[in-house]
Amino acid sequence: MLAKRNPTLFYLQRIGFYVLVILIAFYLLFPFLWAVLTSFRRGGDLFLVPSKFILAPSTISNYVTVFNNPQFQHAFLLSLIVAAGSVALSLLIGTLAAYALGRFRFKGKSMILYIILAVSVFPQIAVLGGLYTVVQASGTYNNPVALIFSYLIFTIPFTVWVLTSFVRDIPGELEEASLVDGATPLQTLFRVLFPVMMPALVTTGLLAFINCWNEYLFALTFTSSNRTIPPVIANFSGASQFDQPWGPIMAASIVVTVPLIALVLIFQRNIVSGLTAGAVKG
Amino acid sequence: MTTQSTVTTNNAPVSRKGIEAARARQAIWFLLPTLIAIALVAGYPLYRTIYYSLFEANLTNPDQAKFVGLHNFWFTTEDGIGIGFLQDPKWWQSVQNTLLFTVVSVFLETVFGMIIALVVNSNFKGRAFMRTAMLIPWAIPTVVSAQMWTYMYNDSFGLIGRGVLGGRALLADSGSAIWAMIAVDVWKTTSFMALLILAGLQSLPSDMYEAADMDGASKWTQFWRMTLPLLRPALLVALVFRSLDALRVFDIMYVMLGANNAATTSMTGYARLALIDNQLLGSGSAVAVAIFVIIMAIVVAYVTAFRVKFD
Repeated sequence: MLAKRNPTLFYLQRIGFYVLVILIAFYLLFPFLWAVLTSFRRGGDLFLVPSKFILAPSTISNYVTVFNNPQFQHAFLLSLIVAAGSVALSLLIGTLAAYALGRFRFKGKSMILYIILAVSVFPQIAVLGGLYTVVQASGTYNNPVALIFSYLIFTIPFTVWVLTSFVRDIPGELEEASLVDGATPLQTLFRVLFPVMMPALVTTGLLAFINCWNEYLFALTFTSSNRTIPPVIANFSGASQFDQPWGPIMAASIVVTVPLIALVLIFQRNIVSGLTAGAVKG
Repeated sequence: MTTQSTVTTNNAPVSRKGIEAARARQAIWFLLPTLIAIALVAGYPLYRTIYYSLFEANLTNPDQAKFVGLHNFWFTTEDGIGIGFLQDPKWWQSVQNTLLFTVVSVFLETVFGMIIALVVNSNFKGRAFMRTAMLIPWAIPTVVSAQMWTYMYNDSFGLIGRGVLGGRALLADSGSAIWAMIAVDVWKTTSFMALLILAGLQSLPSDMYEAADMDGASKWTQFWRMTLPLLRPALLVALVFRSLDALRVFDIMYVMLGANNAATTSMTGYARLALIDNQLLGSGSAVAVAIFVIIMAIVVAYVTAFRVKFD
């Protein structure tokens, strides 16, 4: 109110606001941009003072090193397989459950919803020892199958919860029409509801995929040579512990992050709605 | 098709109940795969963990386990040596550090998240860019951000370690390391908080603010009197989930500090060192059970104290 009458104050306020915006943007983006810059610098230039470091010649040799590293290639492929496998499995199982929870009325429904919610707050460490013995006994240690199944502990509760809230919002007429026509509930689900649910499935799948892509504790514990991306990035080392090859580490970090950032930016809107359905509602 | 509809018409008086009962039976089949999956990856392993917490067992041959009751938790030998993990000062150090980490980082994330959400929610040039920028730290895998920050903290060429702190090894000293961890976590997850708060802000009715403007209420009063109370439900759920995430923190500590120092900085790190690195299935399981109990107790406390509703 005051500002509108006093132009100096108004401009001061605007400037103050933009300073805040710039500070926030700097805080959010700078560490990542610094990593990108480092990934394009030669190892010897790391010791330069920042002003000279920024202007030092660029090189793509770190990226060449990373892409030629067989362990990194293997890890990238395994991460894709594990994340895709776990997501596909949890979407398939989760859709069935979400359909029943969102559409059917039966005894014990809220009980089941609470169990699923409780699993989503499970500390992974509480099952680590037990799961390790199961993995060992089933002979799947160091096998991607062990990770695909163990990741269900966080992908299933998440998918079921988000999809249930989505199924509730689908108008009932669609399904009733199909049931009256004599379709079985399974046919109704896959022929009628599945297509309508596509956007929700993509969003949920993407968020679950990101979680699998990032998972570290199980990947570190249940595998030794068949490692996914996070443990490989964490242990990307040079000749000795004191000689960390920071250029290649940053290049590898950028390579595994850029696809995620691209996906997140493309599906921005869906992600926000998926996160709020998943987090705010449970 | 014809027979089906005839059947339905003929049984008209009882059909509704009949359909309901049939639907309830079908629901079980739809839920079965999920329930089996949850039982296999959560229920059974949790049972095994609780079971082994009462045994002296080794990870390499879990079958040769010896029942010891609660000795993994608390037991003093005849020579007066305490071997229960509750008698280990390192465990209590990890509890203390985890609690400090949780309280400080969740508090800072909420404050910063609120500031960022309020800025992005207002109208200005470059708003779309800020919305996008907001997502970046969140999209970066935790292990990657841990590596990025380890590099920046490096005391001989890191931007923060050498530039800001003049060559101090921030991660080598356990007193400063916990603050370094907090800084990483706050950077990474403030975006998540901001996203949730922003979603909450956008669901607030705008006509209410117009009315408040007419009445001459300052922006400051509007924030404390209207925005904050209305955001309370969304904020509380976000707080619960962030706190639980912070309590089970592992990746940042393990990558940046290594297995041994991570064990005194996070409860999960302590449990993993016992369980996997030291192969002590019994003792490590006991620690895992303690963490499970702590987290579940906090969930129950949160939910009852704030009457958080989930649906």
